[in-house]
Amino acid sequence: MRGKIGFFKWFIGFFLLFLYGPAILLPVFAFNASSIVSFPLSGFTTEWFSVLLTNGTLHVAARNSLLIAVTTAIFSTLLAVLAARASTRFSFFGRRSIMGFVMLPMVLPEIIIGVSLLVVIIQMGFELSLWSITMGHILICTPFCIAILSSAFMNLDKSLEEASFDLGQTRWNTFWLVIFPLVMPGIVASLLIAFTISLDEFIIAFFLAGTEPTLPVYIWGQLRFPAKLPGLMALGTVLLLVSIGLLLIADFFRRRGIRKTGIENTGGFL
Amino acid sequence: MVGFQKWRRSESAQGLFLISPTLGFALLLLAVPLIMVVALSFWTQDYLTLDRTFTTANYQTAWTEPMYQYLMARSLKISIFVTAVTVLVAYPVAYFISFHVVPKRKAMWIFLITIPFWTSYLMRIFLWKVILGYNGVINGTLTGFGIIDEPLSFILYNQNAVVITLAHAWIPFAILPIFVALERVDRSLIEAAEDLGDSGIRRFFRVTLPLSMPGVIAATIIVFIPTIGDYVTPRLVGGPNGLMISNMIELQFKKANNAPLGAALAISAMGIVTFFALVFLWMNRKYVRGPS
Repeated sequence: MRGKIGFFKWFIGFFLLFLYGPAILLPVFAFNASSIVSFPLSGFTTEWFSVLLTNGTLHVAARNSLLIAVTTAIFSTLLAVLAARASTRFSFFGRRSIMGFVMLPMVLPEIIIGVSLLVVIIQMGFELSLWSITMGHILICTPFCIAILSSAFMNLDKSLEEASFDLGQTRWNTFWLVIFPLVMPGIVASLLIAFTISLDEFIIAFFLAGTEPTLPVYIWGQLRFPAKLPGLMALGTVLLLVSIGLLLIADFFRRRGIRKTGIENTGGFL
Repeated sequence: MVGFQKWRRSESAQGLFLISPTLGFALLLLAVPLIMVVALSFWTQDYLTLDRTFTTANYQTAWTEPMYQYLMARSLKISIFVTAVTVLVAYPVAYFISFHVVPKRKAMWIFLITIPFWTSYLMRIFLWKVILGYNGVINGTLTGFGIIDEPLSFILYNQNAVVITLAHAWIPFAILPIFVALERVDRSLIEAAEDLGDSGIRRFFRVTLPLSMPGVIAATIIVFIPTIGDYVTPRLVGGPNGLMISNMIELQFKKANNAPLGAALAISAMGIVTFFALVFLWMNRKYVRGPS
């Protein structure tokens, strides 16, 4: 028995090293004074972060990405609220197949989605723009939002809704006064997840980007130039901190939602 | 009329009405584009003009030309390896969290495992190049300490590097479903097996593993299908012999200007993956419908 636990400790230790290896190296190289991204390290510098502040192309790409991510977060959450509410509250014809179809982008390779949207846009004679990327992002983020919101809606007690009807409220009022406040934490979590996924998505943006790059498309272009790498490490560090921050906030809201509906906390995201 | 009025107020109608925007969006942006890709794969393109006469020439090229056969086989092989490595590593981790971590800490552990997944996707893959590469962290350190004279070549810009990097990217997605399945395993069944005299290993193979198979199957499918379409990893760490089918699809759509062939390759790849996934599900059909 002791041997087994010992094996597990070693295994988990190696696993965590493997899992966190890249994430730990990111800030290490971001603060490394050498312009070559490799060991041995040569000293501490914040130069690479100050380079970020003056890079105009980067700022444009970041603004594009933020715009896309905010739009994506709002629309995919809206679509997901409808789907999650419909599938958890009503039983309707073809529910399983409809939900399966809507959730499909979760398992389809992103390159298939990128390619198929590209074909449609070109065949229809539309221009590639930030909008085309946004559409693709809404498509792939919606399933993640549905997954989060389904559990929020599923935890709702149906009797609360019925009580509201019995007390003479309309359907509309019941939604805003009873249901919405209860699923609010789920909605916030869904917004943040969609925002984070969109901000980091590369393949679809790579296929659908016209002349305006998003942040990942910009990073991809820069990866070819060794001189740009330390700056990218600094950028990656900033992005990592932003993502973790957003996720911690999302998790906080998710926990609060679980507490509100009075169910025991059983796990994390996804 | 009365019948319609009644139907309009029914559960079915309300549900369909509520889900219609989401469904409409998915039909418009997923079903229509996929159908168009299928159509395109039966057309031909000569430089910029598209010929809309039906032909299976693209599929003939995709399935008979050795280069495409080779790329497809390699992509499939890499996907299978990645899936096997990912699930084999994920299972013990999920088992550890489910069986050896105190219940209060489980949520924290799951969170801990998902954090690295939120590092920028491109940077994460690029950092594997830094770790595994010629002057990378592993080879640099080992040569620096004089343990090896030459860089280890088995992790250098090849298919092994692609497998390691992809396994790293997908491991959280494999751990989560296995963890959920293990959490559902009724602990009293394991105790019963113990009381009936089964040893630890027998208990695991006769009780715990079969009961957690739905999670293993879910993890396998979740990792296997998207992996074949990965584009960035082969480009960054694969070297010349590690390229995969997506790199060829992208080439056909962009530089080679032969979108129909690209479409045929994409559809073929999806078909092959779906076929393998279905065979896998069929092999495990007794576990697919979980205990619920």
